[in-house]
Order: sequence, then structure tokens, then C-alpha cells
Amino acid sequence: MNKKRFPVRLNIRNNVIDMTHGSGGRAMAQLIEELFVKHLDNDLLRQANDQAAFNVPGGRMVISTDGHVISPLFFPGGDIGSLSVHGTINDVAMSGARALYLSAGFILEEGFPLSELEKIVVSMADASRNSGVPVVTGDTKVVEKGKGDGIFITTSGVGMVPEGVQISGDQARPGDTILISGTIGDHGVAIMSSRENLEFETSIKSDSAAVHTLVADMVTAVPGIHCLRDPTRGGLATTLNELAQQSSVGMILNENRIPVNPSVTAACELLGLDPLYVANEGKLVCICAPQHSQTLLAIMQAHPLGRNAAVIGEVTDDPNGLVQMQTRFGGSRIVDWLSGEQLPRIC
Amino acid sequence: MKYIDEFRRRDLAQQISSAIKKTADPEKHYHLMEFCGGHTHAIFRYGVQKLIPDNVSYIHGPGCPVCVLPVGRIDNALQLVNEYDVTLCTYGDLMRVPASGLNSLLRAKARGADIRMVYSAMDALNIARENPAKEVIFFAIGFETTTPPTALIIKQAQAEQIKNFTVFCNHVLTPPAMHSILGEPENSGQDRIIIDGFLGPSHVSTIIGSRPYEVFAEQFYKPIVIAGFEPLDVMQASLMLILQINEGRHEVENEYTRAVSRNGNQKAQALVAEVLELRSEFEWRGLGMVPESALKIRFEYAEFDAEKRFNIPPVQASDVKGCECPQILRGVKKPTDCQLFGTVCTPENPMGACMVSSEGACAAYWTYGRLSQ
Amino acid sequence: MCLAIPARVIAINQANDMATVALGEVKKEISIALVDNVSIDDYVLIHVGYALNKISPEEAQRTLVLFAQAGLKDES
Repeated sequence: MNKKRFPVRLNIRNNVIDMTHGSGGRAMAQLIEELFVKHLDNDLLRQANDQAAFNVPGGRMVISTDGHVISPLFFPGGDIGSLSVHGTINDVAMSGARALYLSAGFILEEGFPLSELEKIVVSMADASRNSGVPVVTGDTKVVEKGKGDGIFITTSGVGMVPEGVQISGDQARPGDTILISGTIGDHGVAIMSSRENLEFETSIKSDSAAVHTLVADMVTAVPGIHCLRDPTRGGLATTLNELAQQSSVGMILNENRIPVNPSVTAACELLGLDPLYVANEGKLVCICAPQHSQTLLAIMQAHPLGRNAAVIGEVTDDPNGLVQMQTRFGGSRIVDWLSGEQLPRIC
Repeated sequence: MKYIDEFRRRDLAQQISSAIKKTADPEKHYHLMEFCGGHTHAIFRYGVQKLIPDNVSYIHGPGCPVCVLPVGRIDNALQLVNEYDVTLCTYGDLMRVPASGLNSLLRAKARGADIRMVYSAMDALNIARENPAKEVIFFAIGFETTTPPTALIIKQAQAEQIKNFTVFCNHVLTPPAMHSILGEPENSGQDRIIIDGFLGPSHVSTIIGSRPYEVFAEQFYKPIVIAGFEPLDVMQASLMLILQINEGRHEVENEYTRAVSRNGNQKAQALVAEVLELRSEFEWRGLGMVPESALKIRFEYAEFDAEKRFNIPPVQASDVKGCECPQILRGVKKPTDCQLFGTVCTPENPMGACMVSSEGACAAYWTYGRLSQ
Repeated sequence: MCLAIPARVIAINQANDMATVALGEVKKEISIALVDNVSIDDYVLIHVGYALNKISPEEAQRTLVLFAQAGLKDES
């Protein structure tokens, strides 16, 4: 678009969001064009409709949506922008589908600096481009100062499920193998290290990443995977309990096999947290029939995002639906749902 | 991690486990009370029970400062934020503890009260320093381990002449609580518990030393072994207790020699004595009134005492009907003996402190031990 | 109770009684106001942002040896 529709360019360095940016008028149009479309740039988005229309191959579609309210907005290894892109691509991927397109809704707080907004949008654009999944439509609203935490982003994604793939949380069966694609707890610890009042120094980065190409490799090799899920809020423990409940099975884990970055272990010791309950943003849990486990493990380890993949346990026939764990120490314990929020303890 | 990993070694666990199996007399049953909530947590988290024979049982004691804090004191804290324009600073452990009317600090915060979770006592003082226009109150809890930091910040507040800072002091003492458990029940209605020996607290002992326990061992003829925090420490200390019981000894032994000495940390003790003093009595959840078992702020530091600056009337609050926390805290009943356990009272919806604090017997049992061997 | 963790002292600020400790590569600033004679490379027990005491390497070693010998002695 070469025509100069707006006489004065958006002053991103100095200006902030104000109520006119959400009113649907010229200010909003300029914000969209000179900030959102400029960076997220793709054919569908440039059509500037209220929606994006596209053809899909016949078959089974998947849609997923996620709201992102994270604080702080910027953290080691990512920001709310990249997180929102990766998160939804991953949610779609957990059905075995390849994400095709994303939408993004922004709720901006009056007073939010344009320079911060641009950083976030650039980050989204990078994540989107690197994943090959464009953001094709969006929405912007502005709320009064005090009514939003700077920025909230909601992303939705659509994808197509390949033939013969029936991945769902209720498909786990006794005897199945449980795999994890890499180390746990990195994202949560990275977030906590950026929170003011906890103040510890570490080189841990969030693991925020789009795992759809990893999933594609896995599903190509073993279309009959039973379950896939990304262990986000509430950590690995919560995800496994969800799957156990949905499938009405039990699980036994081997603590020795669960990969944890030593720095994450140390940070959790310091704060009195259990890595099993700390959030991840670039990992997946896979449950498959035992005869496929070695194949899948090899496929995962061959992928850059699955280098530390491991077999961590197996599914059992348990009417109580409990997730148990053989501890590193030689004892055994239950790994239960997370109760409330994990708070650092003194005792 | 040095001094952590070595004390969690599986091979050594097997070693000590065999030793315990050989040493425990199959004709006897050993009831060992771990006083300290941290030990309860360790036993469950590492699954220690699986490695010791059935005739050795752990009885979970009241060493969880959150669990023994009377509901009335949390009600007081809630009164403070409701009636005055204050910022209340608290350790994370207290946020979800149920007060009267199923209120809690977390719920009050959700309704707009300025309640802030702090990791360290220092943070509370920093908040006061950075917000001179606001009254800041630090909700101080804990046994002797957590008390010296409170004493330090009060001294610091005085040195810097900070005018907007007070402490709501609820620090409690370990030896009087042990005495209360070992002593005769006051009311005939209370059950006696059989305790054959104590696993002594790790970090309380770091501060107070091993000496204060000697009187109990002598007076009550019970062996006490001060145990470190790691699962191997717990097992070794259990072995040492079993040996003492077999040999009819009742001594104070120290398994945690790498951090505990007979005299303890005298610098920290002196500091506490300078700023705080004994209350004549204090109500403990589960133990009732225990004489000389808690601390208050000395007169010289009265300007930092929330109980002097604000009106904090004593609140007589009672536990939820059917809640067995008092009996569980004293080791008389197990979590599964409580009617509310797992039905009405769960970690999501805790009725009593034993379920809220991850140290509490009920929470630890729920999270780690429901599949009892 | 009292979650306390052993960590290594890597820097000391005598002026305000603070030190930096490391647990693996995770670092934290803590107060050493409760412990005398802290040196670099000492291990201290950290509780709510304060060092409570120093860990004795000799006693730690002795304890580990005791664990390894558990049950190897002939009980009478």
C-alpha cells in the first residue's frame, strides 16, 4: 500500500494507546495498518476485511482458542506475543492437526506505550513466520486506564487433522507408555525469576516454542498415537491427572526418568516448589501403545525440540484413577492435582 | 546440589532400610513422632514409609506454625485490613488458611484488601520503607527458625526510625509444645498418645541447639534424635531411635551434626532475647493454652508492636464442627480418622489448617500418601 | 517445618551484612546478619532470605559415612 492515507506517521517511540485507538475511526485504522499489518503482514490480512476466507482440504477441522494475560509481559525466552502464537499453535497440534491460520484479538489498556506494543507485535510476527502459521485476522479494543494489565491477547487457531488420527484425552489404555518431549519447569521458573519480589538470578529461559513440526513427525510415524497434551499451567502433574481422569486409568511414573534442568531443580529447591507442578510452554506429553514407544522416542529425539525426550512411565488399570510415582529415593508417592496456586513456602 | 543430593541417595536408602529391618524387634511396635512439618513433608514426598517395616509408624506432630496458629489470630489479621487502611505482609503459607466464616487472607485480597505475599521478613520492611504514607504490618509466624529474622527487622526499623511499620507477632516455641504433648492431659476427655521417641526438628535445632531437649529426655524417659531435613537423615534418625528404644536408653542424640551443635546459634538467640520476650500463655490450635510457649515484642520496641498500635481484641474462634485438626495435630488421630477428610475437606476446600498447609498431616497425606501401604 | 537449603557463598558485602549465594547456577542475595565469620565458599543454610548457620563439611562427611555403615556393624 503506497498511498499515504495518514498524513502523519504513528509516533511509536513516544506515544501511548488512547481511547481513540479503539473507537473504530481513523486512529484505529492507522494503528492497525502501521503497526499490526505492517509486521504480521500476509495476503489475507492485507485484504483488510473483518474476517479471512480460505479454502480447506476436505476432512476434519480443529479449532482452539487461548487467552493470554501473563505478567510480566517480557521474560527470559519470550514475551506475551510469542507465547500467544506458540500456545495456540500447540493447542491445535495436540489433536495431531497442523495449524493453518491464526486470529488475534487485542485488548489494550489506555496508556500502554506503543513502543512496547510494537515489540510484542514484532515478536508475534517472528513466531508466526518461523512457524509458518500466519495471523490472518484480528481485532483491537481499548479499555480505560486501570481496567487492563497493559495488554491481553486472545489467539485462536484452525487446523486439519490427518486421516486415521484419533488423538484425544480419553484414549489412554492400561499398558500404554507415557513420554515427555523434554525438560520440565523451565517456563514457570523463568517467569518467577522476573517477578520483583522473588529476586533470584538464573540463566533459565522459558521454553516457549511451537511444537507442531515435532507433532507432525510423530503423527507421520505413528498415526495411532493415543494422547497428546502440552503441560502448561499446573505443570506435568496436572496434565497427567487430567488424562488419567478422562481415560479412567491410573499411571505409574518413574521419577528418575523425568528430565529436569539442574538449574530448574535448584530454583525450585530454593523456593520450595515442585517442578512437577511448574508450567511449560514448549513441551508435550504423549501416550501411545507400548509397541510404538521406541519409534516415537527416536523420532522425538531427532527433532530439535525433542532432544531430551524420555519415557517416564506407564498407564495402569486403576479404578481410583491415581497418578503414582516411584521416587528417586526408592519410595513411592502419589502425584495429585495441584491445589490452588503453588506459593513459595517458608516451611 | 551439594549437601542435598548426597543425602537423597537411593543406595544409601536401601542400606539404612535393611539396617532398620534388622534392628526393629518384630515383637515391638515403634511409634515415632516427627515433631516438624518439614519431616512430615519429606516422609511423604520421598515415600519413606515404603522403606521401613510395618511395625514402625510415624505420628505427625504439630510442628507446622501455620497449623497451630489459632483461627482467632487470622481473624485478627482480617480485622486489621478491614478496619484500618493498612498493608498486610504475610508469608505465602498463610494465604489460604481458613479463618472464621471460611474467610482467608487470599479471599480478602480478592475483595480488594492490600495483602502482599513476601518471601522474606526483609521484604516487609522494604515495603514500609518504600511506602512511607502507608501503615505496613508484618504478620510474623514461625518457630524458632523463623523468629531471628523478625527480631532483626524490628531492630533495623528502630535504627532507621521507620514510623509506619509494625509486627503482629505470633512466634511460638518448640520445647513447650513438646512438653504439652508429652505431659498429662488437662481434661480427662483428651486421649493419651503412645510416643516411643521423637524425631527432633532440624532447623529449629540449628538455632536453639540440642541442649533444650535434654530435660525432656530425662523427665519423660523418651529418646530424642535431632534429624536433618533430607530423607536419609529421617531414616538414619529413625534407626537411631529404634536402637535407643531397644536398649532402653532415653538420650538426646544429634543426627544433624553438620548444622546443629549443642549450644546452637548463640548470636541469633541473643538477638531474639533482645527484641522479644515470653508471653505468659498462648493458645495453640490443637493443644489449647500452653504456658510460656510464645513470644511478644519487648517494651523497648513497643512502637513496632501491632498489638499496641492497633486495637486487636482476642477472638475466641472455634474449629469447624467435625474437624479433627486438634486431635490430628497432637498425633492422637490420623487424617483418615476425620469424617471430613476427603469428603467436605479437601485441598481445594480446606476446613482446617491441617489440610491447607502442605506441612499439615492431612495435606501431606492427601497429596502423597492416600494409597497407604 | 522451616524449609532451609544449603547454598554456597560466592560473594560477601560486609557493609550491609549481605551475601550472594549459589545453588547450582541459581544465585540469590541473602542476609548473613545471623552468622559470624562467613567466608567465600562456605556453605550456609538459607531460610526466608537469611543464613541460619554454616554447614560443617567434616560433619557432613562423617554423617555420610555413618549412613554407609548402617547395619554393617553387628548389633548385639
